[in-house]
Amino acid sequence: MTARIGVVTFPGSLDDRDTQRAIRLAGAEPVALWHKDKDLKQVDAVVLCGGFSYGDYLRAGAIARFSPVMEPLIEQAKAGLPVLGICNGFQILTEAHLLPGTMLRNNHLHFICRDQKLRVENAETAWTSDYTAGQEIHIPLKNIDGQYVADQHTLDTLESEGRVAFRYLDVNPNGSNNDIAGVANEAGNVVGLMPHPEHAVEPLIGTGRTDGLPFFTSILKKLVNA
Amino acid sequence: MSRTPLDTVEHAAATPDVELPWAELGLKKDEYERVVEILGRRPTGAELAMYSVMWSEHCSYKSSKVHLRQFGEKAPENDAMLVGIGENAGVVDVGQGYAVTFKVESHNHPSYVEPYQGAATGVGGIVRDIIAMGARPVAVVDPLRFGAADHPDTKRVLPGVVAGIGGYGNCLGLPNIGGEVVFDSCYQGNPLVNAGCIGVMRHEDIHLAKASGAGNKVILYGARTGGDGIGGASILASETFDDAKPSKRPAVQVGDPFQEKLLIECTLEAFREKLVVGIQDLGAAGLSCATSELASNGSGGMRVTLDDVPLRDSTLSPEEILMSESQERMCAVVEPGKVDRFLEICEKWDVIATVIGEVTDGDRLEIYWHGGKIVDVDPRTVAHEGPVYERPYARPSWQDALQADDANKLPRPATSEELKDQVLKLVGSPNQASKSWITSQYDHFVQGNTVLAQPEDSGMIRIDEETGLGVALATDGNGRYAKLDPYTGAQLALAEAYRNVATTGAKPLAVSDCLNFGSPEDPAVMWQFAEAVRGLADACQQLGTPVTGGNVSLYNQTGEAAIHPTPVVAVLGVIDDVARRTPVAFQEEGQLLYLLGDTREEFGGSAWSQVVHDHLGGLPPKVDLERERLLAEILIAASRDGMIDSAHDLSDGGLIQAVVESALLGGKGARLIVPDGLDAFTFLFSESAGRAVVAVPRSEEVRFNDMCGARGLPATRIGVVDGDSVDVQGEFTLSLTELREIHEGTIPALLA
Repeated sequence: MTARIGVVTFPGSLDDRDTQRAIRLAGAEPVALWHKDKDLKQVDAVVLCGGFSYGDYLRAGAIARFSPVMEPLIEQAKAGLPVLGICNGFQILTEAHLLPGTMLRNNHLHFICRDQKLRVENAETAWTSDYTAGQEIHIPLKNIDGQYVADQHTLDTLESEGRVAFRYLDVNPNGSNNDIAGVANEAGNVVGLMPHPEHAVEPLIGTGRTDGLPFFTSILKKLVNA
Repeated sequence: MSRTPLDTVEHAAATPDVELPWAELGLKKDEYERVVEILGRRPTGAELAMYSVMWSEHCSYKSSKVHLRQFGEKAPENDAMLVGIGENAGVVDVGQGYAVTFKVESHNHPSYVEPYQGAATGVGGIVRDIIAMGARPVAVVDPLRFGAADHPDTKRVLPGVVAGIGGYGNCLGLPNIGGEVVFDSCYQGNPLVNAGCIGVMRHEDIHLAKASGAGNKVILYGARTGGDGIGGASILASETFDDAKPSKRPAVQVGDPFQEKLLIECTLEAFREKLVVGIQDLGAAGLSCATSELASNGSGGMRVTLDDVPLRDSTLSPEEILMSESQERMCAVVEPGKVDRFLEICEKWDVIATVIGEVTDGDRLEIYWHGGKIVDVDPRTVAHEGPVYERPYARPSWQDALQADDANKLPRPATSEELKDQVLKLVGSPNQASKSWITSQYDHFVQGNTVLAQPEDSGMIRIDEETGLGVALATDGNGRYAKLDPYTGAQLALAEAYRNVATTGAKPLAVSDCLNFGSPEDPAVMWQFAEAVRGLADACQQLGTPVTGGNVSLYNQTGEAAIHPTPVVAVLGVIDDVARRTPVAFQEEGQLLYLLGDTREEFGGSAWSQVVHDHLGGLPPKVDLERERLLAEILIAASRDGMIDSAHDLSDGGLIQAVVESALLGGKGARLIVPDGLDAFTFLFSESAGRAVVAVPRSEEVRFNDMCGARGLPATRIGVVDGDSVDVQGEFTLSLTELREIHEGTIPALLA
C-alpha cells in the first residue's frame, strides 16, 4: 500500500495538476481535495500548491486560509499531519499561522521566474529527509510576493532551532530576510517554501533537473515506513 | 428625469425621420444607408449599436477581406486541417487523437493607451478564443514591438505591457514559451502587442460557435457586464437618456485574470460532461458579436432578453449592454435538459451564469428590453454581410529610392579590431541583446509540460506524458525586411518561423498570422498589405502549411507616419517525442559546428546595417522556399536520429549572433574558421535566409555529412565548440564573460 497525498485546489490554484503528477512520479497516490471539502478524505499528507488562490486579493493566501478545507487541515497539522506549502501554499500556511513570518512583494517589485539555487539547511523534516544537510539544489522560483520577512525574534528562533529549511544561494531573488527560501514548524511536519519542487521532477521538462523529486520521495518513505 | 420613449422596432418604423448618430459611431454614410436598406426602415438605437461595432474594421475585416481570401484560395492540401479560417481559431490534427488550436491576435491600440490593462486583456481575449474551441489552453506567446529602446515613452509602455502580460498570464497558469521583443522608432506611438495561445483537445471535443436546435438555451456566464470598453455607445445613450449618469467610461477594458481562470476551469468541466452545443467568447463587440455570430452560424434564429444580463452598473442602457466589452464573459448554447447541470458547474466555480435567451426556429435575431423589441435583424447581415472595400492601393513613390539605397555598399569594417567592435555593438544592441529581463517576468514552468521556452528558437510543450508527443510554436516578423519589400518580407517571416520550428526538431504543420499595418486609407499602406498577404499566401502554398486563422490590425499609425509593415507569422509544429528535441545551447566541448545553407552578401534590412549605420535600404535577403523545406527536413531528421546536439537558426544578426547565443546559453565557447570563399565580415554578419548552425558530435560527423550530401544541402564545417571564449581565427577573440556582460546588461540598463 502506498501513501495517499492530498492536493488542495482553491479557486485560482495553478499547480495542482503538476503537484499531483510529482506525487505520482514519486510513487505515491495523489488525492484531489476541493477547497469546500469539510474533511481531508483520510489522506496521509497534504500539499498546498502554487497559484493565485482567490486572485491573491486582499493579500496572498489571506482568503484561502478561511476556506472550509483549512479547518480540518489546521487541526490535523497541529496534531502532526505532514503538510507542504509551495509558493501560494506557503503563503496560506503563514496566513493560517502554521508557519511563522509572512511574504511581501519582491523587493524589485517584479514577478520573477528563474532557476534558483538553494541550500538544504534542514534534512530532517518530513519533506526533506531524502536530501542531505548542506546539499545544493536548483529549483524553479516564480512569484511576485516572495520576500520572506519576520520579526527579529522569530528569525532568531528559526535560526537557533534549525527551522530554516532552505536558503537562497548566489542570488537573493526577492530580498528575503536571511536569504530564507523555506521554513519548517517546530515538529518538522509542516514545511513551506517559495520555490516549486513540483516543477523539477522530470529530466526533460522545465529546467531539465529532478532536484525537486526528493520532497515527494521523502514523504513517501516516511509514510510507508511509519 | 424625463425619458424619451424606448426606441423599439415599432417606434423606429413609426419615426423614420429620427436622426441617429451613425457618423459618431464610426459608420460611413453609405454604410448607414445600407443598414436602412437591409432593415427596410431606420435602425433602432440598439440595432445601430450592433451594426456599427460589427461593421467596424476590427470586427468585419472590411478593408482586408478581399486580400485575405487568398489564404483560402491558395490553401495547400493538408489532411491535418480540422477547422479552418472563420472560427474562433483554427484546429489541426497532431496525431494520436489530439487536436491543437492556436491563434495570434493584436491588442495594439489599447496597450499604448493603458499598457498594463491593454496587454493583460489581450492575453485574456486570445485565451478565451482558444477555450471557445473546446481546448485547454496550454501555452501563450507574445510578439512585441516597441519604439526606440532609449526613448522615454518606451520606458512607460514596455514595463507596463510586460507586467500586464505577466500579471494576467501568470495568474491563469499558462506558461509563456515564446514571442519576440523588437525595438524600432517606427513603433514609437504605435507599439504592437500581439498575443498567441495554443490549446489542446481530443478530436471529439472540438466545439464551434453556432447556435442550433430550437428551444436550446443561451447562457451568458462569467463576469457581470459593466460600462468598460464602450466606445461610441455612450453617444447613443446620451441621445436616449437625460444626462443623469456617469458620463466618462474607460474605453480600455479592465481584466480580472482570477475570473478568467475560473471561466477556463468551469468551461472545460462543462465540455467534459458534453453539456455545450455551441459556444462563443465575448471579446470585441461583446454581446453584439456573440449573439449575432452564434445565431448566424447556426440553423435557427435567437431571442434574447437583455434585462436578464447581470450588470455591474444598473444605469447601463441597452445599447451599452450590447456594446460593452467587459472581459471574462462567455456565451454557451445548452439543451434545456442540461441547463441545470451547466448552472451547477458554474456555481461550483463561483461563476455567475444566467439564461438570457433561446434558439428559435426562425431566422431572426430578436432582442427585448423592458418588454419592447429593440432588435429584429437577420443576424447574418450583422455578422457576415458587412461592407467589403476594394481599397485603392499603389506602390509608394519612395519604394524605388528605398530599394536603390543598397546596404551592401555601406562601409564595412576595415580591420579585425573594427570587426570585433562591431560584433560587440551588435550583440549588445537592444534588438540583439538578451531579453531575459522581460521573459523572466513570465512563468515558463506552470503545467509541468514546458520542454523549451524562450530564448529557444521555438517554444515546445509536451501534450502526452505517455508517448512524449509535443507541439512547437515560433513567431517571427521582421518589419525592416517587409518595409524594403512587403512580398518578400512576409515570406521571410514565414520562412524564419518555419525554420525555427524545425531547428528544435518539430515538423512545421500550420500557420496563424497577425498582420500589423498602418492606415488602409493610405494607398501605399494598402499596397504593403496586399503584397504581404500575397507573399504569405504564396509561401504557405509552397511550403504546404495552411493559414488556419489570424488577425489583422490596421491604423497603426500616427499622423502620416505608418509603422513598418509588420506581418507576424506563427508556425505550429509537431514532434513525435519531445525527448528528441534540439536546444539552442552548446552541449559539449569538442562537437563540430556546421553551417547549413548558402551565405551571400545580403545586408539589406540587416541588424548590422541598423546597429552600425542606422540604415534601412536595399533589398531584403532572397527567399528560397524549396531550400527552407530541405533545411527543415534535414534538421528534423538529424534531431530524430541524434545526429545533432544543438541547433540555432540564422536570422537577424547573422551567424555571429547565433553562435554567441548558443555559447552563452551553454556556457561553452566556440572556435570559428572563416570558410573558403567568404570574407570574415560576410561570414559573420550576412542575413541570408535558409541557414542554421548545428553542433554535431564527432561520432555522428560522417553520417551527418552523408545525409546533407545525399540531399544536396550545403554543409560547411566552420569550427568547434571549445573553451570559454568565441574565437574567430585570425580575427579576434571575445571572452564569454565580456560577451555575457554586454549581451545581458543592455535591457536592464535601459529599462530596470
